[in-house]
Amino acid sequence: MTDEPTARPAHREHDAPAAGTDVRERGADIADRDDRIGGPSAPAGAATATAEAPASVVPGGYRAHEASIDFSSQLGTVATQDEAELLTINMGPHHPATHGVLRLLTTLEGEVVRDVKPIVGYLHTGIEKTCEDKAYWKAIPLVERMDYLAYYFNAMAYCGAVEDLLECEVPKRAQYLRVIHLELNRIMSHLVWLGTTALDIGAMSILWYSFRERETILDLFEYSSGQRMHTRYFQIGGVAEDIPGGWEQSLRRFVREMPKRLDQYSAMLTRNEIFLSRMKHTGVAPAATLQAKGVTGPLLRAAGVPWDLRKAMPYSSYDDFDFQVPVGTEGDNYDRYLVRMAEMRESVRIIEQAIDGLPEGPWITTDRKVALPPRHELATSMEALIHHFKLVTEGMRVPAGEAYHAIEGPRGELGCFVRSDGSSKPARVHMRDSSFINLQALEDMCRGGYIADMIATLACLDPLLGGIDR
Amino acid sequence: MEVIRHGAGSTAPTTNAPADDPFGALTGSDPDAFRVRQQRARDLLRGELEGDDLEAYVRESIVTTTLDKAVKWAQGNSIFPLTFGLACCSIEMISLVGARMDISRFGSEAMRGTPRQADLIILAGRVSMKMAPIVRRVYDQMLEPKYAIAMGACSSSMGVFNNYSVVPADKFMPVDVHVPGCPPRPEAVVYGILKLRRMIQDDPTMAWRDRYRAHGTEEWARSTGEEPDIVALSRELAATTAARNAGDDRDGTGA
Amino acid sequence: MPDVEALERLGRLISADDPGVLVATTHRPRRAEIEVRPDAVVDVLERMRSEGYAMLMSVHGVDYHPEPRRFGVVYELLSLRNRDRISVKVRVDDADPRVPSVTPAWPTADFQEREVYDMFGVVFDGHPDLRRILMPEDYIGHPQRRDFPIGGEPVIFTESEPDHPGWWK
Repeated sequence: MTDEPTARPAHREHDAPAAGTDVRERGADIADRDDRIGGPSAPAGAATATAEAPASVVPGGYRAHEASIDFSSQLGTVATQDEAELLTINMGPHHPATHGVLRLLTTLEGEVVRDVKPIVGYLHTGIEKTCEDKAYWKAIPLVERMDYLAYYFNAMAYCGAVEDLLECEVPKRAQYLRVIHLELNRIMSHLVWLGTTALDIGAMSILWYSFRERETILDLFEYSSGQRMHTRYFQIGGVAEDIPGGWEQSLRRFVREMPKRLDQYSAMLTRNEIFLSRMKHTGVAPAATLQAKGVTGPLLRAAGVPWDLRKAMPYSSYDDFDFQVPVGTEGDNYDRYLVRMAEMRESVRIIEQAIDGLPEGPWITTDRKVALPPRHELATSMEALIHHFKLVTEGMRVPAGEAYHAIEGPRGELGCFVRSDGSSKPARVHMRDSSFINLQALEDMCRGGYIADMIATLACLDPLLGGIDR
Repeated sequence: MEVIRHGAGSTAPTTNAPADDPFGALTGSDPDAFRVRQQRARDLLRGELEGDDLEAYVRESIVTTTLDKAVKWAQGNSIFPLTFGLACCSIEMISLVGARMDISRFGSEAMRGTPRQADLIILAGRVSMKMAPIVRRVYDQMLEPKYAIAMGACSSSMGVFNNYSVVPADKFMPVDVHVPGCPPRPEAVVYGILKLRRMIQDDPTMAWRDRYRAHGTEEWARSTGEEPDIVALSRELAATTAARNAGDDRDGTGA
Repeated sequence: MPDVEALERLGRLISADDPGVLVATTHRPRRAEIEVRPDAVVDVLERMRSEGYAMLMSVHGVDYHPEPRRFGVVYELLSLRNRDRISVKVRVDDADPRVPSVTPAWPTADFQEREVYDMFGVVFDGHPDLRRILMPEDYIGHPQRRDFPIGGEPVIFTESEPDHPGWWK
């Protein structure tokens, strides 16, 4: 995509002869803004104050429309000295370092980033709309596909919101099983982050190491639920199935192995000269700015704010476990790396405690209005058969109301807002995805740094485009 | 290939070379010396083999081929995929290069960041309406020969996300192999790439109808009583569509 | 969550100057919600910030389709100090859905208000850059409204191909 936000309006018109008057008006608008952007006397916010509602349709087809799209308002006011030459380059949506189909409109002065505007939506799937067309429990597989590295978290946030609406109690064993899977997923997500980040920095071999452990975790997922990704293991009211025989041994083997593997990664990266020079003192943003932008998760903790929903507002029995919240000091990329590495160790500790203290009992609520009856009851109990039939054909009816359930995902607060109108389908499902919110802080982290550091910062931001665009 | 040999059997005269001067044949002006050397070298090379055995040996160790076939063999064994991840499937696509699946066994480990260097685009994930023109442009930028794999249900048929935003890949670009799954296991993608390799090498894996000789068992939604002529049918359909679109230009773009 | 009394106290607090600001308070297990008049939302959120709810975690757009005052915007506030959450909601009419933007005061609302605008067509007055964010710029309609069709197309299989002539064109 060749976008020249500072292009001459005459060329624009020339490029789009088929377009109507609408385009020409916009061309004039571009010229108007051009004067304001480059000029040193531009009042702050002047270029963006005249933001207009986008025109709905442009005749002349896609190409003409594409040429007519005006990106100048996204540039904002750029702090420049005198007549410094600014270069606007476009990164993405197809770029290996953007971790998906993220598009960055970057304004450079030499190699220094003066402004960066993320453009998202290239992966918009309409999952929230599709959820409104499904019964409550059939929406679980859909929400899992939003943040595709944190599928257990998505399912947990959604199930938690529906359980809030149902005021349904989750059995202790289910809570522990949820914790084990959530923490395994957190390790898995951080491993993918580690591999891809190191790859962006130039440390290629880490990818193979981290994906080795990821495969081990996926084997555990497959063992307990039958799928590698998007397992749909969490069910409203508990988990779909008890863990199979032998799973505990496999998990214990993993728990024994994982700290050693983490030591291996640390040995390769933590004191690595190249890695240090790329990560230290890059991408710094003050904690106050991050909070104003709504950033949560490892990014905020690396900046020194010890906010972890697992500790602060415990859900799913997280208060039963002894773990620590790693916190950084400076808030640079290196702190983000260290915080995530430490989080993986803490997750291993939580898993160990959870599997040791795994209580006996049911793994899903015994409320027959919510959970399917056990298979053997169907042959003997008419009531169970009716419940089964109602649940499978219609689904559960959820009392009208709204709920917002927030959990600590691998990238920050992952919240799910569910509105029920009393029917068996949700009236609105909305995810507060942490990547989507965190991405707003990219500008603050990158401005004034080198473009090479922007790659490292973006990698440490860990954006998941499936979560951003949903 | 015709094997050309001179003088089957070792009947070369050796009397001209003195026994005490093994290099005499090299220095002497005897016109037979060259033939002697040639004969010795030939004996040396073929070892113990003679006659029909030697014939068979040569046939075994030399492969004859056309240049075309050789090129296709090389192409099929070094498919460079494009690093183009869209959604969930892209994570499984990265697993391909991981140690367990190790796609480099099949020569496809060299992921290329730019479409100009890539042979294969794996559409790993859902293609939204906003992304489809970009995917098409990336595909257009790839150099021939180029291949496409639609990985997963979303890019093949929209899967569960059959809604206002998602477009199946077949709508805007040709796809060679569809890999089902949501997301497909890495093994499935390897299988898809291997299928593509056989397709490139002009040896397409037979579909199940070919394997089981099951032609004529196709079920058509609209039964005409006889097996439909697909080519004629599609021509007819294209004609009717063109006529309809000419008469009913709804979107106003003249498409 | 604040309990019922704390919620009532907050409700009295925000309606101290102008009683019409407060529309309703809702208290459920694990949810406390204050519904306010749309034009007062910036002031109310400021008041909430002084009460300790210093982080705006999320902005949701909701469509209550058959009901009057059709569109809702829900602001989820979080207090790091008190470890507490509260929701502030506004509801606006279908005819001209306008809500004052809170982006100048809460920068995190930037993308989220754009998303609500994109999906529901609620216009946020004073937003610095209100454009579509997820859908293409030339898209017509607001797809997550309840009366917007979910869309989708028939999937073509080999046996159903004759039923869908011209799909490849």
